[in-house]
Amino acid sequence: MPFQPVKFYQTGTYTVGNRLLDPDERSEQASENRSNSINSGHRACQGCGEALGARYAIDAAMAESNGQLIAVNATGCLEVFSTPYPESSWQVPWIHSLFGNAPAVATGVAAAMKVKGRREVRVVAQGGDGGTTDIGFGCLSGMFERNDDVLYICYDNEAYMNTGVQRSSATPPAARTATTMPVGPEPGNVFGQGKNLPEIAMAHGIPYVATATVADLRDLEYKVRKAMKMHGARYIQIFVPCPLGFGTASHDTIRIARLAKESGMFPVFEAEHGEVTGVLKIRHKVGIEEYLSPQKRFAHLFGKHAHPEMVARLQAIADRNIRKYGLLEENN
Amino acid sequence: MANKPFAITLKPGTSLANLTGTWRTARPVYLDRLPPCNNACPAGENIQGWLFHAESGDYELAWRVLVENNPLPAVMGRVCYHPCETACNRGQLDEAVGINSVERFLGDEAIKRGWKFDAPAAASGKKVLVVGAGPSGLSAAYHLARMGHQVEIQEAGPLAGGMMRFGIPKYRLPREVLDAEVQRILDLGVTLKFDTKVASIEQSMKQGGFDAAFLAVGAHIGKRTYIPAGDATKIVDAVSVLRSMEGEDKPMLGRKVVVYGGGNTAIDVARTAKRLGATEAIIVYRRTREKMPAHDFEVEEALQEGVMIKWLSTIKQAGEGEITVEKMALDEKGYPQPTGEFETLAADSVVLALGQDVDLSLLEGVAGLEIKDGTVQVAPNMMTGHPGIFAGGDMVPSERTVTVAIGHGKKAARNIDAWLHGVECQSTPKHEIATFDKLNPWYYSDADKTVRPMLDIIRRQTSFDEVQGGLDETNALFEARRCLSCGNCFECDNCYGVCPDNAVIKLGPGKRFEFNYDYCKGCGLCVAECPCGSIKMVAEDI
Amino acid sequence: MLKQTEGSKAVAEAIALCRPEVICAYPISPQTHIVEALGEMVKAGELAPCEFINVESEFAAMSVAIGSSAAGARSYTATASQGLLFMVEAVYNASGLGLPIVMTVANRAIGAPINIWNDHSDSLSQRDSGWMQLFAETNQEAVDLHIQAFRLAEELSMPVMVCMDGFILTHAFERVDIPSQEQVDAYLPPFDPRQVLDPKEPMSIGAMVGPEAFMEVKYLAHAKQMQALELIPQLAAEFKQQFGRDSGGLVRTYRAEDAETMIVAMGSVLGTIKDVVDDMREQGHKVGVLGIVSYRPFPLAQVREALVNCKRFLVLEKSLAVGMGGIVATDVRMAVSGTGLKGFTAIAGLGGRAIPKASLHKLFLEAEQENLEPVTFLDLDWDAVNKQLERERQNRHSGPIAENILYDKGISSAAKFG
Repeated sequence: MPFQPVKFYQTGTYTVGNRLLDPDERSEQASENRSNSINSGHRACQGCGEALGARYAIDAAMAESNGQLIAVNATGCLEVFSTPYPESSWQVPWIHSLFGNAPAVATGVAAAMKVKGRREVRVVAQGGDGGTTDIGFGCLSGMFERNDDVLYICYDNEAYMNTGVQRSSATPPAARTATTMPVGPEPGNVFGQGKNLPEIAMAHGIPYVATATVADLRDLEYKVRKAMKMHGARYIQIFVPCPLGFGTASHDTIRIARLAKESGMFPVFEAEHGEVTGVLKIRHKVGIEEYLSPQKRFAHLFGKHAHPEMVARLQAIADRNIRKYGLLEENN
Repeated sequence: MANKPFAITLKPGTSLANLTGTWRTARPVYLDRLPPCNNACPAGENIQGWLFHAESGDYELAWRVLVENNPLPAVMGRVCYHPCETACNRGQLDEAVGINSVERFLGDEAIKRGWKFDAPAAASGKKVLVVGAGPSGLSAAYHLARMGHQVEIQEAGPLAGGMMRFGIPKYRLPREVLDAEVQRILDLGVTLKFDTKVASIEQSMKQGGFDAAFLAVGAHIGKRTYIPAGDATKIVDAVSVLRSMEGEDKPMLGRKVVVYGGGNTAIDVARTAKRLGATEAIIVYRRTREKMPAHDFEVEEALQEGVMIKWLSTIKQAGEGEITVEKMALDEKGYPQPTGEFETLAADSVVLALGQDVDLSLLEGVAGLEIKDGTVQVAPNMMTGHPGIFAGGDMVPSERTVTVAIGHGKKAARNIDAWLHGVECQSTPKHEIATFDKLNPWYYSDADKTVRPMLDIIRRQTSFDEVQGGLDETNALFEARRCLSCGNCFECDNCYGVCPDNAVIKLGPGKRFEFNYDYCKGCGLCVAECPCGSIKMVAEDI
Repeated sequence: MLKQTEGSKAVAEAIALCRPEVICAYPISPQTHIVEALGEMVKAGELAPCEFINVESEFAAMSVAIGSSAAGARSYTATASQGLLFMVEAVYNASGLGLPIVMTVANRAIGAPINIWNDHSDSLSQRDSGWMQLFAETNQEAVDLHIQAFRLAEELSMPVMVCMDGFILTHAFERVDIPSQEQVDAYLPPFDPRQVLDPKEPMSIGAMVGPEAFMEVKYLAHAKQMQALELIPQLAAEFKQQFGRDSGGLVRTYRAEDAETMIVAMGSVLGTIKDVVDDMREQGHKVGVLGIVSYRPFPLAQVREALVNCKRFLVLEKSLAVGMGGIVATDVRMAVSGTGLKGFTAIAGLGGRAIPKASLHKLFLEAEQENLEPVTFLDLDWDAVNKQLERERQNRHSGPIAENILYDKGISSAAKFG
């Protein structure tokens, strides 16, 4: 019998690298030559999901664009911890203007590159969920609607962490923030509010919309690379747990992101021109409690004065995501 | 940058000036933890170590790492009861890695490809006598030879292998496999003398000018028990039956064979009887299946082949063509107690498989030796009470398996070597064990164990062809890659990838990683996301 | 080439001659005609290469310009009034980052009450934004100032607002000399940015700067504008050499040689003022005019020099610092501090209120006689104002002010339906 190549690689593509894979099948993050777009010495907290997500994403974009990349940054943690005078962590050309205008600034950069005939230079804009779903939303929608040649990446940690953990329109129901305190009969953020930005982005009919988490590096890199192969407005929302805001241990950042996906709370999918074209299936489904309970921002739902009815409502949200996006394998 | 706007515009990557390592209260450190398989291996194999190379398809290197500890992988891959697989962390995930099947594949591959051992070290000028060519003796001879010592094995019988040949049936261990692996050891320059029974060890040593001796004569004397029996009843012991299978005259057991005992030997004999044409092979055992010392998979295979087992029964009497058994019941402590209920079974012969005793005659008169419960007592370094005489295998107190014997051989060889050099053998302290809770199993691909092919049932009942097949290269590779590499970095790059501070330095293939403590903030993500548990946090002195 | 054309159209043509590479457009009266005309030129391929971007807000307009300018493209936008206020955060950011964007502000009042007509409240609200502000007196000057503005902005790497009165200039048809492309190209070299976003030389633009360096950054912005005080006259001189016209500069005087009373103003109202001054001169009054072209940087020395020989001055401005008085006047008084000169302020033309010659004539005579309050509100309907003040004194729930005043003035009958 001729030698059959084995498709099974011990850890497959779950780990960052894998010595058993062909080098060109390995992740960008496994490469000794990755660009480290955001360098050591930045001032992000220990275990920062955003610092990690940003390096994952921008390194992938750098790889896909052969280093021909300009990054635009909204105000926020990422900006503050990466560029306090006199040191910058960025190794890519980078500009920060304001909290709410990163998509528009990126439009301007892209326009400049186009007018100068430098189509090889690609533009990425990035911001947190506050800068994206709230204050920058108008500019973002405008950039989408014009189908400007910009990849916008939202690092979603579900609140305004830089200013001390205030609610954003990406904050999940029941979550404790400094402006949705765990007091009163329905503690934490209210149910029935908030914005589903990936779906709003899809409604613009832009070429590409995707969600990803820092727990699924390969998927994240695949999506960034895929987005970078396209032109026009593209949007990727990356779930990046914040140890400070979530009230989680610094070593739990990736685990929490994994649980967000595995519980169905954060559906991971991609869509082209407004149509869902792929979902990252749940691999080992977990109940919502397993996701919520390690996070202090949900601590008021458990313990002595527990709110099982609110946990049930959160489970219902996760279940709806699972149904809506088909997150479970058919035979599960 | 000098002419760029002041303060607003910064040079790229300049945050390197900010040494965030000062934030740290605990630091990650790389370590090798002991994989449970390695820990459980009686032969002291570096299982994770050789699987690592098998995973990348470098079977020869895998084999070479394997035989550093065990020269008989093809035998091992067939007869070892693989405690490694019982200990394997993957068992808590789906099923244990088929370590034994990969080992057999490597062993068979080595025979097929004609791989030879690395040449011995420079000759030491020392001579060592090994008594007995069983697994323990062969193992010791192999290791001693590779250390550069001149080794002579003196074997009482006509063939090498000891219990591997005379105790384990062919359908479990084809003899050409055994012969090939023995020959490879002899090719190292080991002298093997057959039909050389050592009557007195001291004399033999003196005659041959040996500097040290390793005794590994095994336990070949079948234990008997008193069963009132008439003259017509054929009562034989299992060891004799199995030994005679190797000779010209096959044992005559009749059509109805009763085997008395509950160990693996009982199973082997019953299955052998079946193959020799017995219509009924019945094992009589005094306790229950759960309490049976034989390995469950062997019991299962025996049952598949039509062997019957009479549980909770003892033989009270053997008569003409039949035996009487008494039913037993387990008491509160789990010990069988007679019930007074009797029953008769047809039996042309009764085979006693009640364990074996050691022939200790060669040790008579040797000063300092301590014999207890029919076995030779040895120190932790395998040396008997007599300096320079070491012992191992079934003749010393231990579990009597091929694998344990091979382990004894290795251990004895190391200690003999040290003793010959006038030093103490320094064994490195064991690393802490990589228990399942140290792992992050998320990262491993889902994969069920590969099922080894089994011979069809008719041929199993009628021939001595090997029952269990081996893996081919494809599924051996698959099986090897199921290894979780517990406690040992396999360069998955997770630490390098998940560090938010780029504080892990990748040193290149085979060189693993290093922490850059200038920037490591001590978040512990690398520890949490290391699949195999080979990083731990250590508190900083602050 | 001389042509009779609308001010907006003329400015659009001038902008096009400056070869802008990115134009951001968001509609707000009265600047719409400028970007409309530019949009058509880009669409027709007459202005190329150029990206014309229809943005979703003025905030985005300035933000896109920030991005394109930082990436090395000559960038332009236009706005007015509420639009300028809507982009304020980005306006400050553009100057803070030192990006040489040029923006036309078609000056218009700021609401509420909403009002689309001309005054200078919008630009003047941005006097501290770090942008340079040049005020055009005529459409010809508006054309010329835009050409100079790109030079000025790019030399100093700081943004410039060219301010022209909404409707009065933007929608006026006048004879304008539109220069040729060759002339403009000779005057305005291609944009060579001081810093640029480019993968060839990565840098981080827009750092967070703490107390240790923030003051220095701010001082450097100030120093740039101080440099502009020297550069602006040079550019005007060069312009004159190239185009044969006096346009721009820091200040311009009219009949000021022996003037005892100087009228100070900015923008198109200078035309009316000059007419009145001509009339008064004929009647023997020693009246002169100081027109301020560069409001930021404010030419303290030049203003002082222009006024130091008069006896009194009146600043007539289309803006009001509520609770204080004049805005331009404050700066002018600063310029002459220590001279003992008597100064008056007249607030005029807010929200498009007409500034008739007769009213100015009367005002200037009163100024000459020093028969003025420190702050005068030209042609204010005192009757309506006093009635409303009285109503409010008497009744807490006195109703909407604007409606009440319109009713009092008999302009509207809306109150009847209230």
